[in-house]
Amino acid sequence: MSLALDAALIATLLWIAGASLTSRDLFRAVVLFVVFGLLLSLAWARLHAPDVALAEAAIGAGLTGALMLDSIGRLRRKRRPSAAEKR
Amino acid sequence: MIRLDVAVVAGGCVALGVGLAALVVGLPPVAGDLAGLVASRVGDSGVTHPVTAVLLNFRAYDTLLEVAVLMIAALAARALPAEQAEQRDTRPGSPVLEALARVALPLAILVAVHLLLVGASRPGGAFHAAAVLTGAGVLLRLAHELPAHAIAGERRASLLLVAGVAVFVAVGTGAAGVTGHFLGYPPAWAGELILLVESVLAVSIAFALWALFP
Amino acid sequence: MTSNVLYALAGVALIVMGLAAISLQTHLLRRVIAFNILGSGVFLVLLGVAPGRSAHAADPIAQALLLTGIVVAVSATGLALALARRLHRATGGMTLDADDDAR
Repeated sequence: MSLALDAALIATLLWIAGASLTSRDLFRAVVLFVVFGLLLSLAWARLHAPDVALAEAAIGAGLTGALMLDSIGRLRRKRRPSAAEKR
Repeated sequence: MIRLDVAVVAGGCVALGVGLAALVVGLPPVAGDLAGLVASRVGDSGVTHPVTAVLLNFRAYDTLLEVAVLMIAALAARALPAEQAEQRDTRPGSPVLEALARVALPLAILVAVHLLLVGASRPGGAFHAAAVLTGAGVLLRLAHELPAHAIAGERRASLLLVAGVAVFVAVGTGAAGVTGHFLGYPPAWAGELILLVESVLAVSIAFALWALFP
Repeated sequence: MTSNVLYALAGVALIVMGLAAISLQTHLLRRVIAFNILGSGVFLVLLGVAPGRSAHAADPIAQALLLTGIVVAVSATGLALALARRLHRATGGMTLDADDDAR
C-alpha cells in the first residue's frame, strides 16, 4: 500500500514538473512550481527526512515561489514591448 | 516538424537520463557506515538531534561556506542599482494584509524562536527559523509596514549581512585556540557554542533572504 | 527499501526534464524554474541513494547536505532573478542576446 502511495506521489510530482516547465503562461508556471515544491516536501517526508521536508516547504516552495512571483509582478508593471516574451 | 537542434538536445537528455537511471539502480552497496558513526558520536556534539549535530558541529565548515554563499548573493543583489520607481511603494495598501501582518508577526517570532531552540533535539534549527522570519518580513513588506529601505544605511545592512559569517568564523577560531582545530568545539562547551552561532545565523540568514527580495 | 530507488529514479527524470528545459527555453525566468527543478532532482537522487540508517530516519549526513543545498539554491535563484530584472530594465527583453542571434 505504501508503495502505491509512493508511486502516485512520484507520478504527480513528475507530471506537475512537466506542466510547470511547458506551461505557456508564466504565472501559471510559477504557481505549478510552488505546487511542485509542496509535493516534493511530501516526498521528503515519505523518505523519513523531516528536516529537509520543513526546509523544502518553507524555503524551496515558499521563498523561491515568492521571489519568482515578485519578479513576474515587476515584469508586468513595466509595459515595454518585448518580442522575446512569447517563449 | 521538430528542428534538428531540439531533437539533438532532447535525445541527449534522454540518453543521459537512461545512463543515470542505470547507474542509480546498479550502485554497489556503500562501504562504511557513516550514519552509525554519527550516531555513536552525537553525545560529544552538544546536541542530540543527529542532523543538527552534523550541520553545526561535524560538518560545520560546510555550513559556514553555505552561509558565506548566501551572504555573497545578498551583497551582490544589493549592489545592483536599485529600481527607482520602487523606492517608494505607491501601490494602495490592503487592510486585510495589514491586519494579517499584525497578527502574523508575533506568531512568526514565537515559531522562529521555538524552531531555533528545539533544533537541538528535534527537526528544526537556524535555517528553519530564518525561513519563518523571512516570511514574516516579506509579509510586512507587502503590507507596507516595512518598506524596502527600512533597514536603512549601508552600514547597518552590511553589519546584519556579515554578522552570521563573522560570528561563525570567530567562534571557530576561538575553538581552534582551545582544541587546535578550526571549528573543533570542545565537547563541554559545544552545546552553548552551537546555540550562540545558531542564534546569530538565524537573524543574519533571515535578513540575507529578505534582502534578496526586490 | 525499494521505494528509495523509486525516488532516486524520479530524481533522474527531474534532472532530465530540467536540463532539457534549460537548454531549449530562452526566457530567463523559465530557465530559473528549470534550474530549481534540476536541483530538486539532484537532491532526490542524493537522498534516494544514501544508505538509510534505519527505517525511521534517513541518513543524517544526506539530510544536512540537502539543507545546505536548498539554501544555496534559493540564494542562487534570488541573485539570478535580481540579475534578470536588471537585464529587463536595461534591454526590455528577458532573453540573452546570443540566444536571439542564434535563431
